[in-house]
Amino acid sequence: MSKRRSLTEAQCVSLAQKLLRERLCHQKLPDRPLALDSQYKHLLELLRRTAVHGESNSVLIVGPRGSGKTMLLGCVLRELMSLKEAQKNVLLVELNGLLQTDDKIALKEITRQLHLENVVGDKVFGSFAENLAFLLEALKKGDKSSSRPVVFVLDEFDLFAHHKNQTLLYNLLDVSQSAQTPVAVLGLTCRLDVLELLEKRVKSRFSHRQIHLFSSLSFAQYVDAVRAQLSLPPDFPDPKFSDAWNHSVTVHTQHTSRSVFTNKSYTQSLFLTSFSVRVSVSHSTLHEADLLEASRLISADSKAIILHGLSILELCLIIAMKHLNDTYDGEPFNFQMVHNEFKKFIQRKSHSIHKFEKPVVMKAFEHLLQLELVRPVDSGVCKVQREYQLMRLMLEHGQVMEALQRYPQCPTDVKQWALSAFA
Amino acid sequence: MSRYITRLRMRRTYKWNGRPVGEDRKLKRQYYESMSISVEGKTEDATVSLGQYILIEGDDDDNPFVAQLLKLYTDDSGKKKTAVLQWFVRMCEVPQNKRKLLGRDPHPQEIFFYQDRSCDNEVDGETILGAVQIEYVPVQDPFPVGKSRDILFVKLLWDTKSFRALDPELMQPSQSPKSPPPSSRGPQTRALPTPDPSVMKRAMSGILTRGSMSTGKMSSSEAESLHSASKLSAAKALSAKRRSQAVSGPQVRKKLDLCSPSKNMSRDDVLGELLDERSEKTLTSKLNTSPTGRISISIRLTPLNLNKEECVSPLSSHSPDKPRMTAHDKDDAARARTPSRRKDSAALREPALAALAEEEHEDSPINTAATSRSKRKSAQLVSSRIKKQLNLLGNKIGLQSDGEDGDDDDCFIPSKIDLQSSSDEEEEAKIDSEDELIVKKHRGSGTSRSTEKTRVSARTPRKTPSKKTAPATPRTPRHATPSIPSRTAPARKPGNVLEEARARLHVSSVPESLPCREQEFQDIYNFVESKVIDGTGGCMYISGVPGTGKTATVHEVIRSLQQSAEQDEIPHFRFIEINGMKMTDPHQAYVQILQKLTDQKATPDHAAALLEKRFSAPAPKKETVVLLVDELDLLWTRKQNVMYNLFDWPTRRNARLVVLTIANTMDLPERIMINRVASRLGLTRMSFQPYTFKQLQQIITSRLNRVKAFEEDALQLVSRKVAALSGDARRCLDICRRATEICEHSGSQKNSSGLVGMSHVMEALDEMFSSSYISAIRCASVQEQLFLRAVIAEFRRLGLEEATFQQVFVQHQALCRVEGLQPANVSEGLTVCQRLGSCRLLLLEGSRLDLFLRIRLNVSQDDVLYALKAD
Repeated sequence: MSKRRSLTEAQCVSLAQKLLRERLCHQKLPDRPLALDSQYKHLLELLRRTAVHGESNSVLIVGPRGSGKTMLLGCVLRELMSLKEAQKNVLLVELNGLLQTDDKIALKEITRQLHLENVVGDKVFGSFAENLAFLLEALKKGDKSSSRPVVFVLDEFDLFAHHKNQTLLYNLLDVSQSAQTPVAVLGLTCRLDVLELLEKRVKSRFSHRQIHLFSSLSFAQYVDAVRAQLSLPPDFPDPKFSDAWNHSVTVHTQHTSRSVFTNKSYTQSLFLTSFSVRVSVSHSTLHEADLLEASRLISADSKAIILHGLSILELCLIIAMKHLNDTYDGEPFNFQMVHNEFKKFIQRKSHSIHKFEKPVVMKAFEHLLQLELVRPVDSGVCKVQREYQLMRLMLEHGQVMEALQRYPQCPTDVKQWALSAFA
Repeated sequence: MSRYITRLRMRRTYKWNGRPVGEDRKLKRQYYESMSISVEGKTEDATVSLGQYILIEGDDDDNPFVAQLLKLYTDDSGKKKTAVLQWFVRMCEVPQNKRKLLGRDPHPQEIFFYQDRSCDNEVDGETILGAVQIEYVPVQDPFPVGKSRDILFVKLLWDTKSFRALDPELMQPSQSPKSPPPSSRGPQTRALPTPDPSVMKRAMSGILTRGSMSTGKMSSSEAESLHSASKLSAAKALSAKRRSQAVSGPQVRKKLDLCSPSKNMSRDDVLGELLDERSEKTLTSKLNTSPTGRISISIRLTPLNLNKEECVSPLSSHSPDKPRMTAHDKDDAARARTPSRRKDSAALREPALAALAEEEHEDSPINTAATSRSKRKSAQLVSSRIKKQLNLLGNKIGLQSDGEDGDDDDCFIPSKIDLQSSSDEEEEAKIDSEDELIVKKHRGSGTSRSTEKTRVSARTPRKTPSKKTAPATPRTPRHATPSIPSRTAPARKPGNVLEEARARLHVSSVPESLPCREQEFQDIYNFVESKVIDGTGGCMYISGVPGTGKTATVHEVIRSLQQSAEQDEIPHFRFIEINGMKMTDPHQAYVQILQKLTDQKATPDHAAALLEKRFSAPAPKKETVVLLVDELDLLWTRKQNVMYNLFDWPTRRNARLVVLTIANTMDLPERIMINRVASRLGLTRMSFQPYTFKQLQQIITSRLNRVKAFEEDALQLVSRKVAALSGDARRCLDICRRATEICEHSGSQKNSSGLVGMSHVMEALDEMFSSSYISAIRCASVQEQLFLRAVIAEFRRLGLEEATFQQVFVQHQALCRVEGLQPANVSEGLTVCQRLGSCRLLLLEGSRLDLFLRIRLNVSQDDVLYALKAD
């Protein structure tokens, strides 16, 4: 007890921080996947049969980004490996479509992960063809009852379907459908139409098992999930600190999660909370304001932030472009038109803004071009003078207005001009 | 690969010794008893005579074929020398999987008497390399030690199925030279001890007993062949002739000649016609004394020697110029020769190893088994000779160097010509005045003069004795056989009925029979069987959508054909399978075929050349090769070389290649093949129809094989559903398997019968076939759902099926306000849009256009509205 008391508040905070960071940023697997029980059981059962009975299987795990595909798989594999009879039997090969961009690389990776290159000797790899023959030979040698089952995890499965002839997929799935080494081919993808990507022969060899991960959480469940993520575990060294923390989490999440829930993506809430953890260093408990601030940061519009840094001249040009857009219904414009519009404004209305030389205006326009707030229309004509090159404004009407509202010390006449072109 | 580099050009000249000892007018053949082989650049000739053991050049340069010479004859033109042989096999020629039948490690010099009635026993006389010594060792006795390594030992008999004890009498006749040696024979001629006539008698009876296995049927099969020969075309007659030439057995039918097609064609046709004529006559008046009734052919065949005594006498009485050589005559002649021959051989054996000098060149093939010590000696000799040669190099040109090459080659690289390549590469064949024939053999691919010159220097490293043993050892560690490590705990066997059913329903489990493909099975079976029996080649194209059992049926056919080959009902054949999907490049097909055929590795180009040789050149003991090409369409190349070759090889005379091709589309030949490829593929096509629901049901039932796990209705539902969709048997099995799983899970809750019922099957079908889009939309977040609605609203407004993000976003914000939500800003809106795009609910184009991103729906508008309304 004396030891616990000796923990200062700062130590508690840093400990809590460490815990939460581990949970949120290091993709630490939860004890049990949330609300995915049936999928969890299905997948576990499938892999268990491969491991124990030597039955070959193939399955696709489909779900939108951030729906917990990898987490589910991680949990299942963890559970599988804890089984005694599977522990030393299963070989795991993990591939990622973003890393193994063609079959050649994928084959090398498979050989490496299966530790078959020891057999090959120091002369690691021959040609692609030899590799393929080698691996197929290896897989063919095995049989259902005697060889160790291999679990192939193909992350970003859809990208493998773009490989030439889909050779790798055909061969893996063919092994899974023939009496060779038992394999389980697990594909992870976010594309719902992934089966249409498969060539007909490949498709026929795939077992058509799909596990869909759609989060069907209600709001209450969602809040519970967030709370569980943020709460400190019961075995936290300082019970007083953890009680206070957990209480504040319970109170505040209820109010703030609503806006996030409309987006309802699990990862976003993780980001949100990671922000809140940073905030919590200064105050020992979680405040509602922290969560709001984090949410504001996360949903901030990047272009609006850029607009805040523009000069008045540049802002005026953007307003001129907005008016041109309104007048010509989104048709592209060129610098000369913008300059004319701007000149009209200076002549008629402006009290606060001086007349600028044309080169200066041009410079400002080019700055906007660099910021990609304005983009040239991709047309075949390239030999056009810079003043007459057709451009488009990459800003929404609302974004311009909001930026004007927030712009520090914006002249009133500019604001008025923005509101009405003919004023 | 190395053996092809080492192949040097050499020129051998084959010449008959003495006058013909017999003549067959009908076939226009003249029989001889010995032949001398002179190698250019050497003074001494090697002589082979009847009864001697000889080496025949074959596939493997290090191990030429071994045989006993039974007959030598030439046709009327005198161009073509043919030898009739009794084969012996080395251990390396015995099929890999049969080697363990021996039950012990083979002696390195051990060979086996080869008894296979289907094996062609005629070869081109010019493939003979020289004589070899063979000793019979009784089965119980150990192999003699301390003997020269030139001598090969025979202990057992190999009849393609098992090793059996060899009756020494079978060996005996061979040791009696059946013909008097010609006067021109040099003193160095190697000869074998001759037995006395009584042994000879026994030998004949030995042959008879050997033939007796088939004697019962022999006459009938012969009659059949003759009958068919009379009816069929010239080509058929030709094969009928071969059939009668080969040791006749019930299953031996037609065999291809071993000779190269170019030389042989005309003669064979003539023979075929002659035979036709002959057979008719034989049928009417067998052994009649009509002037044309020379059934001399039968003399050349061991089992047919049965008839010899009967047929010889009338024949000889009618041959005007020369008395025919009968077995008795030969015996007498042999006896007369015996003493001198013994001396010769005894004198020769001593120096044979000690000095592998130039004079010894005629014994060259014996060096195959030369001891390492002698090799080292020979190496020294070689080095001195190389020096001499290098000096000569300057003025050495063309043929002379060839001769020298041949010389060296003979001594140090044991006869590395294989039959296929040599006859293929025969470029010039000069016919000299008498029977002399010079065959210029190119070893390796280099034929130009410039390469010849450089070859002399390039040859030197190859002559080291170590090189000879090198090919036996694996060149790269890649030869190591890869395998997945075996599991520590054994796989568990299925426990209950459902698990049992699941194991049986797995696509990988091999069914006991293939129901519903009986007709296709029969067609393919007949096709392959007839080709294997005839020893001809052919192509077949099999098409059908995936999962209709094409590959499975072919495998089943091969399996049952192999079974009947085991039982000796049909000749043996090789089965090779390649898959277009299992190779990285169409040209890899050559590499894979070659590797499976001969276990050697080569680059695609080289492999293609080797295969070309193999399939176009005649070779003894060639088995029919059945080649299965799966996923044919992937072998398509722009010039279609691969396909062309695959379909062209079977049409070669000596190929004995049956190609079965499988692809998905029925009109593949018309669609992607150019005319010359499609024409070679021929019209033997078969298409596998998708399974009907009844067939699918039968398949499942037969797989389950009385394991009661499914309700009848459930099965019918699955099969009807799958038949309506694709007719893919794999799909059907997968659904059933999934249904058993669902049943297992629900079984614990409900009081079900434990059988898979309708509800389970429905659920499985739902899982596999229902589109996931609707449930994906239902589970999407509020903002995503709103965005989808905005997309539809914008489409309606525009009257188009495409909109930019900016347009949709305006709608989206409006909808947010209507729904009372905080309107999202542009960044959030884009995030939502991209998320929908990554699921492919929306199709996004030009993602770098930002606001002007083009959006289309990947689902029908009705589906979206349906999904959103139900919410």
